[in-house]
Amino acid sequence: MSSIAKELANPDVPVSAELQNNVFITTIDKIYNWSRRNSMWPMMFGLACCAIEMICTAASRFDFSRFGMEVMRPSARQADMMIVSGTVTKKMVPQIVRLYNQMPEPKYVVAMGACASGGGPFKEGYNVVSGIDKFIPVDVYIPGCPPTPQALLNGLITLQKKIDGQSITQVPWYRAGKSEPIPVPILGPDLIDPRHAPLLRQRAAEAAAAQMNAAQPAEAAPAGPTA
Amino acid sequence: MTVAPAPTTTELKLDQLFPGEATPDARKGYSGYIVKPDKLVEVATALRDQHGYDYCSSVTGVDYLEQGQCEAVYHLYNTKTGGPAVVIKAQAPRDNAVLPSLTPVWPGADFQEREAWDLYGIKFTGHPDLKRILMWEGFHGHPMRKDWKEAYYEQEGKPFDARWPGGQVHRSEEKNPFGHNVAYPEGFTLEGWSEQADKAVYDSLPTGGHGSTEEGMRTDLVTVNLGPQHPSTHGVFRIVATLDGETIVKLEPVMGYLHRNHEKIGERNTFIQNIPFTDRLDYITSMSNNHGYVLAVEKLMGLKPPERAEYLRVMMVELTRIVNHTWAIGFLLNDLGAFFTPVLYVAKERELILDVFEATAGSRMMCNYMRFGGVSRDITPEAFQQVKDMVYDRLPRLLDEIDTYLTNSEIVRTRSIGVGVLSAADAAAYSVGGPVLRASGVAYDVRKAEPYSIYDRFDFNTAVRYQGDNYDRYLVRLDECRESLKILRQVCEQMPAGEIQAGKPQYQARVPAGEAYGRVENPKGELGYYVISTGKANAYRYHVRAPSFINLTPFGKMSVGHKIADVVAILGSIDIVLGEVDR
Repeated sequence: MSSIAKELANPDVPVSAELQNNVFITTIDKIYNWSRRNSMWPMMFGLACCAIEMICTAASRFDFSRFGMEVMRPSARQADMMIVSGTVTKKMVPQIVRLYNQMPEPKYVVAMGACASGGGPFKEGYNVVSGIDKFIPVDVYIPGCPPTPQALLNGLITLQKKIDGQSITQVPWYRAGKSEPIPVPILGPDLIDPRHAPLLRQRAAEAAAAQMNAAQPAEAAPAGPTA
Repeated sequence: MTVAPAPTTTELKLDQLFPGEATPDARKGYSGYIVKPDKLVEVATALRDQHGYDYCSSVTGVDYLEQGQCEAVYHLYNTKTGGPAVVIKAQAPRDNAVLPSLTPVWPGADFQEREAWDLYGIKFTGHPDLKRILMWEGFHGHPMRKDWKEAYYEQEGKPFDARWPGGQVHRSEEKNPFGHNVAYPEGFTLEGWSEQADKAVYDSLPTGGHGSTEEGMRTDLVTVNLGPQHPSTHGVFRIVATLDGETIVKLEPVMGYLHRNHEKIGERNTFIQNIPFTDRLDYITSMSNNHGYVLAVEKLMGLKPPERAEYLRVMMVELTRIVNHTWAIGFLLNDLGAFFTPVLYVAKERELILDVFEATAGSRMMCNYMRFGGVSRDITPEAFQQVKDMVYDRLPRLLDEIDTYLTNSEIVRTRSIGVGVLSAADAAAYSVGGPVLRASGVAYDVRKAEPYSIYDRFDFNTAVRYQGDNYDRYLVRLDECRESLKILRQVCEQMPAGEIQAGKPQYQARVPAGEAYGRVENPKGELGYYVISTGKANAYRYHVRAPSFINLTPFGKMSVGHKIADVVAILGSIDIVLGEVDR
């Protein structure tokens, strides 16, 4: 029996001795996940310092083609996985969300490094988003600043394990109905998440009420705490 | 290859040359001259035409909140004679910060003045296209001003009280009503508001016009975007170009997609906390970024590192230069169509150099190696042996290999000779630095023009080429690698024993009040740090003169008339790193 058959074969289902070299029986989930996890195409997309370590992981010493991941696609439409490799800035995040929306299902997101995971050393900056998970769902977080190629490989293997655990009956992309794209943030006076529009409206109303109260200080009670 | 002229030591007395218009800066620890705003263009023109200060290296804003003044600081150099800077400053009241633009005198001030407008709100009258450069059009306020507070603001200087032992560490987003790093002007809603971030970019490009081909066919002008997500822009860089057919009519670089507020954070950090942040500027060359910053602060502190530390610094910096230039050549070939194979060759050797960095500094890329008055760790004998193996054996072979396969390759030659030409006069006027400047025939290298550290001891030449095209920028990098090897061989032979740190290692540097400008010849060009200390634990002003950023100033001009496919090659030959362009 070949090694692949050994890895995939379902030991609960007996196969007669004379057929063992020709037939193996497995589950749909196993073969589906096995074929997906061994050809994950990352999007060719680098943000900052971490991208250099991502290139090193692709280069000869570390070589992530060993995991079937060497086909980096510059187009989001051909990619299975987005490695968010670097600091996500407010100016860049609309593009990242748009790219994520353009990726076809099944899609995965790896937050590589401290910045993509939570803002990292630049978190306090006025143009920095506190982690890409404020906008798009993240599957694997990799710590480090930047993570070494070994750490990135470990993160990618973790993603493969996650894929192994998925079931074709449960995955969202085979459910009925349309999946909704993530609303693309807007560059306003500061970064605007369209999902915050009601809260913005409420705060503006509160501010206007507070101004009115300030104009007629006599009877009106002070406005409640904002937010 | 020529040897650059010896630097001059005569200092210009601006107060005597321009009596009544320029006065010496009398503040304690400061130098340079304060020029009256209405005489600024006059003084600048005279400095350029009569005194040879043809190179406007750095333009930056400073916000003196207490005095109610905004100040623009200009560092000017003479590329013919070398030598120290002439520093001129102009002041304007904060609430009406208007100064004349020096872009007509030195076109290299273009992007830097736009940055000062963006971050400080200094309005430069006479600037051809004064719009925001790092933040987007429509952003509220000028964030580097001292009274502008970001959404996650905690305290003026670090260490923050809440992070001190016994204090409560908190996550900033939990305190923000939006759960994000955002703050809006009071009463802001989306109703009746429209986005204008991209409008300013498109407004500066010709639209709707007609071009024409040589055959007399009428064509339409088309505006296209490359990036910010594009495999050939070396990161999150965006090019907006108007095309006539495939030919560039006008090109506008758009940046700021990796603007991570290096300077604002740097003014909160204590002096020593900034060293690891400098690693993340140009993340290929973290060692030499450290060098420029520690030199600037050492100037203020009056510190001198011991001999062995100087040699270790030079060794690391020159190894970094080879890493950077070979990496740049690999990626230039990527852009020319030889996808990833040349990169694999250079990445192989780079890994071995990174091993030395990791063994010595503890990290492959973000070395955080230098300290004020020394370096953090001594090199092990094994790592030093590996450096010798690299210097005497592997790296010369790598360079010969690159030379053999690429220099005479027909494709490389046809795609790069005569493409993206930058003349010597333009190169100096546009303030480009490093290999881009020297490939245009200007023999200006900070290591020779104003020697720092121990570069005056080494025997090496300034690599110069004269055509100013992509091919010469490629060749000059190869030449520079060979010169770096020359320096490295001398370092390996002369490496002295002894201390690696002057005095005791300090966790909190005491930096006397004053200003200092430390500059080094980074692989990409002149990297300068302008630091103002008020005697506190953190810098009052911390500015980075980023070579990648300023080298992009003539990019539009270099690209006009070429095909769109050449633009990526020109960009590759300028060699930018977005961490440094956007900071």
